[in-house]
Amino acid sequence: MAQAPALPAGFELPLEARLPRIGAVDAVALEERAASLAKRSIKREAKVLALLLAIRTTDLTTLEGSDTPGKAAAIASKALRPDPSDPSLPSCAAVCVYPNLVPAVRERVAGTSVKVAAVATGFPSGQYPTAVKVADVRATVELGADEIDMVIDRGAFLSGRYAKVYDEIVQVKEACGDAHLKVILETGELGTYDNVRRATLLSIAAGADFVKTSTGKIAPAATLPVALCMLEAIRDVYEETGRRVGFKAAGGIRQAKQAIQHLVLVHETLGSEWLTPQLYRLGASSLLNDILMQLRKERTGAYQSGDYFTLD
Amino acid sequence: MAELDKTRTEVGVPDDWTYASAPESRDIVHLADRYGYYIGGEWLEPAETYETIAPRDEEPLAAVGQGTPDDVGRAVVAAREAFADGWSSLPGSERAKYLFRIARLLQERSREFAVLESLNGGKPIKESRDVDLPLAAAHFFYYAGWADKLEYAFPNRRPRPVGVAGQIIPWNFPLLMLAWKIAPALACGNTVVLKPAETTPLTALLFCDVLRQAELPPGVVNIVTGDGRTGAAIVEHEDVDKIAFTGSTEVGKAIQRHVAGTGKKLTLELGGKAANIVFDDAALDQAVEGIVNGIYFNQGHVCCAGSRLFVQESIYEPLVAKLERRLTTLRVGDPLDKNTDVGAINSAAQLEKIRELVASGVEEGAEIYQPPCVLPEKGYWFAPTVFTNVAQSYRIAQEEIFGPVLSVLTFRTPEEAVEKANNTPYGLSAGVWTEKGSRILWMAQRLRAGVVWANTFNRFDPGSPFGGYKESGFGREGGRHGLEPYLRFDE
Repeated sequence: MAQAPALPAGFELPLEARLPRIGAVDAVALEERAASLAKRSIKREAKVLALLLAIRTTDLTTLEGSDTPGKAAAIASKALRPDPSDPSLPSCAAVCVYPNLVPAVRERVAGTSVKVAAVATGFPSGQYPTAVKVADVRATVELGADEIDMVIDRGAFLSGRYAKVYDEIVQVKEACGDAHLKVILETGELGTYDNVRRATLLSIAAGADFVKTSTGKIAPAATLPVALCMLEAIRDVYEETGRRVGFKAAGGIRQAKQAIQHLVLVHETLGSEWLTPQLYRLGASSLLNDILMQLRKERTGAYQSGDYFTLD
Repeated sequence: MAELDKTRTEVGVPDDWTYASAPESRDIVHLADRYGYYIGGEWLEPAETYETIAPRDEEPLAAVGQGTPDDVGRAVVAAREAFADGWSSLPGSERAKYLFRIARLLQERSREFAVLESLNGGKPIKESRDVDLPLAAAHFFYYAGWADKLEYAFPNRRPRPVGVAGQIIPWNFPLLMLAWKIAPALACGNTVVLKPAETTPLTALLFCDVLRQAELPPGVVNIVTGDGRTGAAIVEHEDVDKIAFTGSTEVGKAIQRHVAGTGKKLTLELGGKAANIVFDDAALDQAVEGIVNGIYFNQGHVCCAGSRLFVQESIYEPLVAKLERRLTTLRVGDPLDKNTDVGAINSAAQLEKIRELVASGVEEGAEIYQPPCVLPEKGYWFAPTVFTNVAQSYRIAQEEIFGPVLSVLTFRTPEEAVEKANNTPYGLSAGVWTEKGSRILWMAQRLRAGVVWANTFNRFDPGSPFGGYKESGFGREGGRHGLEPYLRFDE
């Protein structure tokens, strides 16, 4: 792919030699495409497969000031075995919590496939000095997090200080060590799809393993057009450099139907290759029970009352 | 608490996530074995019939009449009587009530019509459901609104109806083209003799039931089925005051020759070879969607299809790569499956024509790309096709293919794009893809096409006039402009 001749003003960054052109995003057409993909009709065995996939790729999340070790352990247990009545169901990909809850989760999931993810860098606002953010990440990794979900500095991004955003991600990535880095763009605060695309490419250039839509604290969050916009940027990077960057849709995904729509988007934009926990995640809390309810319905033919699914 | 089982088996995911079939049920459609002509509010038995089929598997659907000049004559008499017998003098607000009723009935019965449209025509159900039916209803709603405002549309010109309109429509959007023709004709106080296309008569025949439900006076709309001979009989009938034709340029020219000197009003909406022009600053992924929508929508059976893609040379490679990748995700198959993107070719004859032109493209030296896809064995199918290395002089760059076949050409400057885009006998539509607003306006002023879409393609609205330059025809349908062909003025 040809290299972009023109980068937006202020975008002079130590980008890798070859990155896709920044280009532009047409909002109307993007939303239209996302809406048309949302109309795919996923039935029977294809639906069951999607629901299982949704469980396998879920980062089961609790991010409240009121979280306690007990609550975190309960969520971790749910992630390990989502439905006690059906041991054949897969575990979730990870449990996502605040740093202080990492040890409680770690204890519960140690030795399993479930990862411990923690938000850091002054989540959710990111309005802290860089040194504090880096220290936050170091401490969180020391507590035992496998994955770090950082937020970008939207204040810097929106005021055109792209280099600051970039440098911060580079430093955080370094502080992560072996931990996987997911970079949260908080798309609901970026305002335009053009900004979403720029922030995605910027994060990838700075070393993100994953790019993630939202913190879950701001609406709108992981809308389908935003997800599509980021997936297309990931695709451009892959086609240009061969590098595979993961994607995490988080915030506002509460129903199984939405999760399937997101999976369809990935499937038709990046292909089946991306439909693994290594490259795709859904960040959610209440979603899981709706998926379990849908799976039970596919199995038994009837919807069960919410009382048959555990609240954790 | 018991120790959790921590050694969990991973549930494997298959390499490919295939969507289970999701067919729309056809139980909602009840077809008769045999259909006659709808004339004067009654069904007339045809002397001769032919079989209309489903192009997806060649299943016979029903026998329909092969209209003779006598049948057409009866229809014209019924239309003339209805015109004289009150329809033309009915207050516009009363005519509007019928049109509003028809629009609402189409909405209520839209699923039934959509299924039948896909069955008889081969287009994907998602298109008949989301495009054809909503737009057909919207046309009736729109022209219902004009019926009592004609004096305001043409102030001081005393608009009056023309009389009996003979309307001949194509097979690519059977019900939508019927709506484009009938809605403005009735709004202006005319009566109608309409012939649906030979291969797709069924939604027009089902529409007669909507007319019955709407209690439209007998004879205001008459439908006679048949092939080109029936159409010729309508064109040649002395008591028809106005001909509206949508179809091929060849037939359009023949009609124009015949109508010349008779005093009949005429509008023609004919072929096209639209240029879709992508500049290097365009939003590429969205442009690719627009290109795909421009040429593979309705299997390319669209007169305004963006069949010539002009790409600025600086982005040629990435754009073609993106386009070919996108083609691999197009789902070709059963038109009634809700996940189908590209359906069946409408008829054996059309398939033959597409094959012939594609073969000529290969022979002339263009490079062909077709995504891997398994086409059903029965029925009429053609894989989405892209030709690169196309020269302006190749037949595939000049002639209308009317199929899912795209020719990609390049340009260097805006001037060159305009020059190449206009270098065709046709002039129905064009598309411009750029982030630069001033360039859109600059291009739109210079492109000789009836419609210029900017950063979109194949978008229709009843309020927007549609029609051609040059051999793409004359007269406009849609909008206030669409009223004019159905009116006479005292001046």
